Amino acid sequence: MNAKSIYSDEKIVSNQHQYNKEQRSLLIKRILSNRLMMFGSIILILLTIVAFLAPVIATQDPLAIDASSRLQAPSSEHYFGTDNLGRDLFSRVIYGTQASMVVGISVALISGFFGMVIGLYSAYNRYLDHVLMRICDGLMAFPAILLAIAIMAALGPKTVNVIAALSFVMIPTVARVIRSAALVVKEQTYIEALKSQGASGIRIIWVHIAPNTISQLIIQLTYVFAISIIIEASLSFLGVGIPAPDPSWGNIIYEGKAVIYNAWWMTVFPGMFIILAVLALNLFGDGLRDMLDPHSKK
Amino acid sequence: MKAYIIQRLLSLIPVMLVVAVVVFFIIHLTPGDPAAVILGPDASIEEVNHLREEMGLNLPIYEQFLIWITKVVQGDLGWSIYMDKPVLQAFLENLAPTLSLALMAQIIAILISIPAGIIAATKRGTFTDQTFMIISLLGISVPNFLLALLLVLVFAINFALLPVAGFQPLSSGILPHIQYLILPAFALGAIQAALIARVTRSSMLDVLNANYIKTARSKGVKKNVVIFKHALKNAFIPILTVIGQTFGQLIAGAVVIETVFNIPGIGQLIINAIMRRDFEVIQGTILLIAFSYVIINLIVDLLYGFFDPRVRLSAKN
Repeated sequence: MNAKSIYSDEKIVSNQHQYNKEQRSLLIKRILSNRLMMFGSIILILLTIVAFLAPVIATQDPLAIDASSRLQAPSSEHYFGTDNLGRDLFSRVIYGTQASMVVGISVALISGFFGMVIGLYSAYNRYLDHVLMRICDGLMAFPAILLAIAIMAALGPKTVNVIAALSFVMIPTVARVIRSAALVVKEQTYIEALKSQGASGIRIIWVHIAPNTISQLIIQLTYVFAISIIIEASLSFLGVGIPAPDPSWGNIIYEGKAVIYNAWWMTVFPGMFIILAVLALNLFGDGLRDMLDPHSKK
Repeated sequence: MKAYIIQRLLSLIPVMLVVAVVVFFIIHLTPGDPAAVILGPDASIEEVNHLREEMGLNLPIYEQFLIWITKVVQGDLGWSIYMDKPVLQAFLENLAPTLSLALMAQIIAILISIPAGIIAATKRGTFTDQTFMIISLLGISVPNFLLALLLVLVFAINFALLPVAGFQPLSSGILPHIQYLILPAFALGAIQAALIARVTRSSMLDVLNANYIKTARSKGVKKNVVIFKHALKNAFIPILTVIGQTFGQLIAGAVVIETVFNIPGIGQLIINAIMRRDFEVIQGTILLIAFSYVIINLIVDLLYGFFDPRVRLSAKN
């Protein structure tokens, strides 16, 4: 390359142009990412409404078997068609929304609480840290879904057990995130000042460190929510999750698998709801992370 | 390097111990008497008591654990009551299809994701970049069993291009083997592809902004040479990590995918064992998968030290 081209006016102009273009694309990206977050939020609100109002929205009893109308294609009477027992699929998917949202929110709250306690105390106390983090390492050595399958195999298929198993699986991840956030806060000068003033450990942890880890916790919990929905659906699909006849997105697809040749709707409709819910949670989480945690922005 | 290897090996001990304890106690979570559950409701009290004695269930729990862990260390993972053979043998017999599936999924994932990540990084902020990233977000949001069924609907039922389900071992020829595995492997690899693509993109972006890349470019080195020779090499460590971490998840994901396609692998072994309440099979299989997951992560960490001298030097201090 010759020196002339580097210093030529054209190059400077094109550099300026490049710079403007980059600034603009950055702006576009930011708006887009917020738009995506908006889209995610709207879907989440809609799904929450559907879950709360399931008895109102559902057109029929999700458990009512009607042998004369088995495996009917979607129609104005049955929006999503009927399943292998003639039950109205639309109503079942709506009630399945309720099941998935209950599992997801419960797991997020339970694993959030225990993960926070474990994370904060191991950040604060060296000895506890060694013990608790080795246990977390051990638990994280299991692929999440496998540990959940094993626990469900022992406990038996029940919604409460799904929540318990998933919470147990998620706690170490949450604890790790809170711990590393708390370790950063702990090094701040004001914590040192509080210590020298004689503030108790419990006070420092809960009044001064905990609130500064909340944004990290919330971001993490949206992902926990999303993963819970995926794993719950997988467990129910394997027949070790939410037991029949109560509908869940996963167990509807499980029943649909046997008739996939004649009834695509049993796979596609509950599947669409799973994808929408998880996508919405991921978009919401990404947007939240960009807003609350500017360092992570690429 | 030696110090680093020793340090990593020592750190495995507590992890393995926690894994073993968890696997042992999970089965003891089962409500009721395992012996009674195995024999079913028709068994007499004497029969149940006899089996309890045989399984060592009358011993204190820590003694049961010690006996079990001693056997495990010696390679005895228990006995499948239903299949009437050692758990380890059953595991090994079912291993090949799962490994084939996971490997093929990994290959597909790498082939798709790394080029996609590089293209997205070099065309940062453009339409191509955003399209790739939206596709990868979708990839992360679709559970693999669902993607599998959707692929079956389109490619096996609608277009009848590929078999709906089933498995052909490698011994019956490479082509049928691949033909039966392509849909399951794609469904399994999609999430991995999405994750690896995201990491490739962000890792490449970090490196492409580095001064030595700018220097190389301003010295007149061609763009492609800079991207592939200078940048990719240094961006590779995070990519390697995510590949290693996700390979363990592939094996777990294979468990679910196998039930969709009726592939006779580890997944079917576990699911059948759950249905038959064949506890020692569940225990042994989960333990082996968790152990191999730990070993894979160890290998990745060691490769790390190999590729990046900073990692092994920090172990010395």
